Amino acid sequence: MLKDLFYFLVYPGLLFAGVAGGFLSWFDRKITAMVQFRKGPPLLQPYYDFLKLLLVKETILPANGSRGMFLLAPVLAVFGATVACVLILLPMLGFHTGFSGDLIVIFYLLAIPSLMYILGAVSSGNPLAAVGASREIKLILSYELTFLLVVAGVILKSGMSIRMTDLLMTQETGGAVIGSVSGILLFIPAVFCIQAKLGLIPFDMAEAETEINHGCFIEYSGICYALIKLSKYILLLTLPAFLAALFMNGLHWDGIHILWSVLKILGVVLLLTLIRNTNPRLKIHQAMKFFFLYMNLLVIIAYILIALGI
Amino acid sequence: MAFKDFIFRKSLWLFHFGGASCNNCDIEILDCLTPRYDVERFGMLLVGSIRHADVLLVNGSINHKDKERLLELYRQAPKPILVVAIGACGCTGGIFAGGYPFAGPVDQIIPVDAYIPGCPPKPEAILSGIVQLIEKKKTEKAHA
Ligand code: SF4
Repeated sequence: MLKDLFYFLVYPGLLFAGVAGGFLSWFDRKITAMVQFRKGPPLLQPYYDFLKLLLVKETILPANGSRGMFLLAPVLAVFGATVACVLILLPMLGFHTGFSGDLIVIFYLLAIPSLMYILGAVSSGNPLAAVGASREIKLILSYELTFLLVVAGVILKSGMSIRMTDLLMTQETGGAVIGSVSGILLFIPAVFCIQAKLGLIPFDMAEAETEINHGCFIEYSGICYALIKLSKYILLLTLPAFLAALFMNGLHWDGIHILWSVLKILGVVLLLTLIRNTNPRLKIHQAMKFFFLYMNLLVIIAYILIALGI
Repeated sequence: MAFKDFIFRKSLWLFHFGGASCNNCDIEILDCLTPRYDVERFGMLLVGSIRHADVLLVNGSINHKDKERLLELYRQAPKPILVVAIGACGCTGGIFAGGYPFAGPVDQIIPVDAYIPGCPPKPEAILSGIVQLIEKKKTEKAHA
């Protein structure tokens, strides 16, 4: 029991994921600055932002909204992201804790933060937040199917087991999933799915700051917004780690493998950052078409290749 | 307390309110975000919602309609909030000071922490004003 709490709160849970995710967030902003020929924020900037919101700023509750849900949503978002992070990282850190079917659980846990953003937004009573929430719902509807198909494709490729450790084991012996043509075809939709899950630029219509002023998060301030930031930091670690587990032979924490593991995560984040810096924001129907038509098509082609054994 | 103040100075998020501006000051404020000036070096970000703001940048002459909105914004901002009046219009009213729609310079409506004069002020001037604001927060604490 105490051990589980330690996993959840310190390592690899809340504290570790928060700090590492904060670093990744700085990395993302620094790369963005470099792409735009700017100098960029200092290394500790994400932590300053988080602590400022947590300690210094006032928290304002909406006058005519559902306050309980408004306060609860960020807490549950952090909770969902952290549990997903623990379940994903533990098998890769060498603790044999997984259970049969934990992939499915992770898949649903990863949907919790987005759902909580929606609930928080609609309970704030702000019309712009409602617009953001409706866009987020449509976005979830479009990428979630693709994401599920991608995960199913990886399961299909690595021996029909829905357990994280088995998945890692088959890649250990049979080579990384991304090493084959069908693996690459599955990897492309997966990257776009986590781009949408993180709400990064081609898919940031739910919090478009220039048109609907941060949409879902418009009413959040102080501690609540700090928690939302924290959940975003944690997701920025969790989702690339999940991709590394699905496609790139997982992460290892001994000797020179530490370097490779860090490089895998940084590589995925770099990819996301470059996509977000070279694309304009899509309209919601364009995003839906993108996922429903093109990404699902890629996944289906990948399935055919898997069936042919390529 | 000193720690809180340090954190606050390190991460000021800006919210931009343009009154009845001639639009020149707005452009110069946006200039500060461009690669050449880059206020993100100081940890500043332009945010779209007043709920996330730490600094309220006000430019342009404030007429009677703007006055209501400015007061409402100030009321809705989470405290602590700093206010910076930008441009001749924001500081004193400038050439609009005598006009009939004019509702007073910014500091007669809400408390102002820093003034950046100029018509329009150069981005360098805005940056130096913001740095001075940060320094002022520092010395205020040292005296207190
Ligand atoms: S100060 Fe000058 S440049 Fe700025 S809004 Fe007023 S008239 Fe325009």
